[in-house]
Formats: sequence, C-alpha cells, structure tokens
Amino acid sequence: MKIVALVKFVPDSTGARAFTADSTTDRVGVDGLLCELDEYAVEQSLRVLEAAGDGDITFVTVGPEQAGTALRKALSMGGDAAVHVVDDAIHGSDALATSLILSKVLEKLEYDLVITGMASTDAGMAVVPVMLAERLGLPAVTLASELTVEGGTVRIRRDTDDASETIEASLPAIVSVTDQTGEARYPSFKGIMAAKKKPVTTYALADLGLGADDVGLAAAWSRVDEVTKRPPRSAGIKVVDEGDGGVKLADFLVSQKFI
Amino acid sequence: MAEILVLIDHADGAVSKPATELLTIARRMGTPAAVFLGAGLDNARETLARFGAEKIYVVDDAALSDFLVAPAAEALAEVVTQVQPEAVLVTSTGEGKEIAARLAVKLGSGLITDAVDVEADGTTSQSVFAGSYLVRAKVTQGTPIITVKPNAATPEVTEVTPEEVLVTVTISDSAKTARIVDRSARAKSGRPELTEAAIVVSGGRGVAGAEGFGVIEALADALGAAVGASRAATDAGWYPHAFQVGQTGKTVSPQLYIANGISGAIQHRAGMQTSKTIVAVNKDPEAPIFELTDFGVVGDLFTVLPQLIEQIAARKG
Repeated sequence: MKIVALVKFVPDSTGARAFTADSTTDRVGVDGLLCELDEYAVEQSLRVLEAAGDGDITFVTVGPEQAGTALRKALSMGGDAAVHVVDDAIHGSDALATSLILSKVLEKLEYDLVITGMASTDAGMAVVPVMLAERLGLPAVTLASELTVEGGTVRIRRDTDDASETIEASLPAIVSVTDQTGEARYPSFKGIMAAKKKPVTTYALADLGLGADDVGLAAAWSRVDEVTKRPPRSAGIKVVDEGDGGVKLADFLVSQKFI
Repeated sequence: MAEILVLIDHADGAVSKPATELLTIARRMGTPAAVFLGAGLDNARETLARFGAEKIYVVDDAALSDFLVAPAAEALAEVVTQVQPEAVLVTSTGEGKEIAARLAVKLGSGLITDAVDVEADGTTSQSVFAGSYLVRAKVTQGTPIITVKPNAATPEVTEVTPEEVLVTVTISDSAKTARIVDRSARAKSGRPELTEAAIVVSGGRGVAGAEGFGVIEALADALGAAVGASRAATDAGWYPHAFQVGQTGKTVSPQLYIANGISGAIQHRAGMQTSKTIVAVNKDPEAPIFELTDFGVVGDLFTVLPQLIEQIAARKG
C-alpha cells in the first residue's frame, strides 16, 4: 500500500493571526505549525499502513521554507519520506492553484491512497481534496469519521446532519478524514530522531512543469478588496450567583427582548 | 437581466431555509433561477415560486442520489454551460462546497466559500480567523461561484410563476465512483436547525455527563432554541457530534448564544463568537468565555438554569 498524506503549515490558531500588506495570510511573521486537522490525516495514514502490513507513506506540503517544520512533525509521527514544494511565486495562491500544484506532485508519485484532513484551520475552505479529485479523475470520499481499506476498496463512514452513511470507492482514491477518526499519536523521542534522517525532496514550480504565471496572487481567480479586524468583544456584565442568578439572567433576557 | 443560478439544497423536495435565503440574495444580483437536482420537485414548486425563482432548471438522474457529489457537479456544470449565468450561488454545506469546488475546476471559474453576505455586484463578505477578521472579496475569473452560509439574508417572499426547464444530462462513468452503499437517517429532534436558529443553548464540560444535557434541552425548549455542544462534550459522547459548535463542528451566528459550562477555548470561540448577544453560565469566574459575554453568571448551571427556566415560564405567563 502506497499512501500519500497531504499536510499544511498554518498559523497557530491559538496565537495572533494576521494578514500581510497584500491581504494574504501572514505565514512567515507569525508562529506556524502542522495544521491540527492534518494530524488526523497523518494518524490515519499510519493506521492504514499498519493494517496493510507493507508499503510506505509520503507526506506532501506546499508552502514557504518554514513549512518544512510541518513535514518534520509528520515524519516524527511516522512515515517514510516527504515532498516540499517551495517557490516564491506560489505566494498568494488560491485553492484552485494549490490543487493544481498538488496534482502535479501526485502525477510524479505512485500511490494507492491519498489522505487529507477535513479542512485547514486558516482558510478552512475544505475544497482542495475534491479539486484534486476533479483534476486527477480520482474518486473522492470525504469527511470520513471512520476509514478502512480492504481488497482495493476504501470504505468510510460519514456522519452528516441528516444521516450516517457508508461510502465506498475503488483505489486509487482520495479520502479526507475528520477529527472523529481517532486521536493522533504524539511523536516519540525515537520518532523525532528518526525523522531527521528521512528524505525530504524539494520541488520548485519548474520541476513540476508549472510557470510563475500559473499560480500565485496575480493568477488567483478571486481578489480580496478589504480586510478589517473586528473590534474585540468587550466583556459586559458579570454577576455571581447568590441564589438569584437565574432571576438576574431572566431580567437580562427580558431587557434584550428574548423573553 | 442576467440569471443568477441558485443550487437548491433540499431533502426529497423539502427546500432548506438557506436555499430560500439564496433566492433572495440572487434577486439583488439579477434574475433568480433555481437549479433543482434529483427527485421531489412536486414538493418544492410552491416554495420556489414563493421565494421568487423565475425559472427552475430540473435535472433528475438516479446517479444524483447513489453517489457522492461528482454527478451533481456534472449536472450543474451542464446547466451553467447552457444558461451562461452571471453567478452561481450554493449553500455552504459540506456537500455544497464540494459541488462548488468541482464546478470551479470544471469551468475554470473563481470560487469564494462561506460568504456571510453577498452584495448586488457579487462582492462577498467572509468572517475569517475564528471571526476576528472580516474579508471583502470578489471573483475575478469566469462565472463567479459563491457558497453562502445560513442567515446571510432574510428570505423575502416574491410570488412568481416559475418557468420549468428540463435539462438532460448524461452523467459520466467517472463521476460514479464514490458510491453510497448504506444510509441510516438520523432521528429529528424537532428543534430548529443549529446553524439556522435565532437562539442557541450550548453545553460543555461543566454539564458533566449525557444526563446533564437534560437541563440544556429544557432551557432550549423554553426559548424555542437549538441545542449545541462543545467539543469536550461531544468527544466524551454526552451529545452527538452533529451538534458540535466550533472549529471542527458548526459555525453559528445566532441572535443569542447561551454557553453553559463552556470554558471558551479558541476551538469553541471559532464557532460562535460572531453571535449577536452572548451569555455564559460557568462556575469558574476566570473562564475565558467571560471575555466575550454580554451577560455572565458565575455559578452552577444546575442551579442557575432550572431557576431561569422557571422564570421564563412565569414571565411568559
């Protein structure tokens, strides 16, 4: 079983996130890390390979130099190798361009299964997995809360608002997994040491047959006109319950016409 | 005026409220036209007419219900190619965003997801980074494809007599690859949809167990509200995951959000901090949720909420 897991380097959502002067996400001037939701994709890639017995896992990311730390984190959890697409011309790429770059990487790799997280914690569009499927003509089974691979078929359980569904597709396929698939393991000391020796291949756009005009901010198919920081909410009234907390709360709700 | 296509989100013809909001937004931008995929049009006609769909493009094919979104994207792409609309609006559900994403690749069109508002010229507003920034953006390439979150507009009644146009689409074999082999419907609670509700009452770690959600549900019912839960509560199995509010669950923006026994971690804030009015009940006076609240009660939710429920009953008379 050959598995590719796609991961993203994102600004730490518990820290200060910001935009740069060109209205793109600041990925360099803030603390960044492996997207929390991609840790579930890394974990599932390890579990699927453990169940399959033999094969290998390659982690792929597109991002600035710093994004290498996301690959090292993934490699410290397990897996065999990584690919990092890094090129100044990628700056400002939209999801369509990102999916184009990833599709070119996947054309260079052998794989039975591509695993991604459910969304990134920065842009949060949750569209790259199906865009890739569309570009590569692969089946996409998305938002899995449970994942098994058996005899050339991937089967997932997906829990929507209305129903619980079982969905199947033949390999090769793309699957995105939710945070319901199971806690991601912590890297062991041995894993962290081993990760340093695992090969990371770096590609520039030219290595993928892409030009600077194909991607990046100038090629983006949408334009940000304005970014405004919302004023932080200010704390309002706080009362300590002295046996009348429910009454005071009811008074407030009446004053706001909710009752 | 140019047509604005609205992909109608429906369950066997029961049109979702966000779909009627999109018809209202489409009227701002041009002539609203519905795209109805799958079976159940008989149940949908009246609603589509009431909310101003001047045309209804209908595609029905068994593949639309047997497979994940790829056939729907092919059908919508065919309609777009025939109609050449000014823009395509889709509801921001998981499924809607995937259809929109595939459509964007097929058509070579720009895509904006999760808009909280769309202006007449197609300029969108998005709430990003856990609601801490507002971004205004516009599609610049191809036919703009925009997915829109619930409550982006108030549905306005504009009675029309829609013209129905049957569109024949041959779904390709390559779109029939992710097969739905089993589906068990979830029981309905009878409460408003979480993402559409005007009031949301949520419970977290402080609810301390599945049985603790009884008082959360009782308060929700007293207010005609939806029930939500924090990730701590859903991960513990106290309440179904479908009701999780936060980064990996639903984003809600109701008129009133009542957080009970929820500390207010960034994970949770990401899903609720654009709510109009926020109220919290928490034992811990230092809980970060109190940084966001218009009204906070430091106290035990199991004494405060029953008293509040009594008060609501008494004051409603």
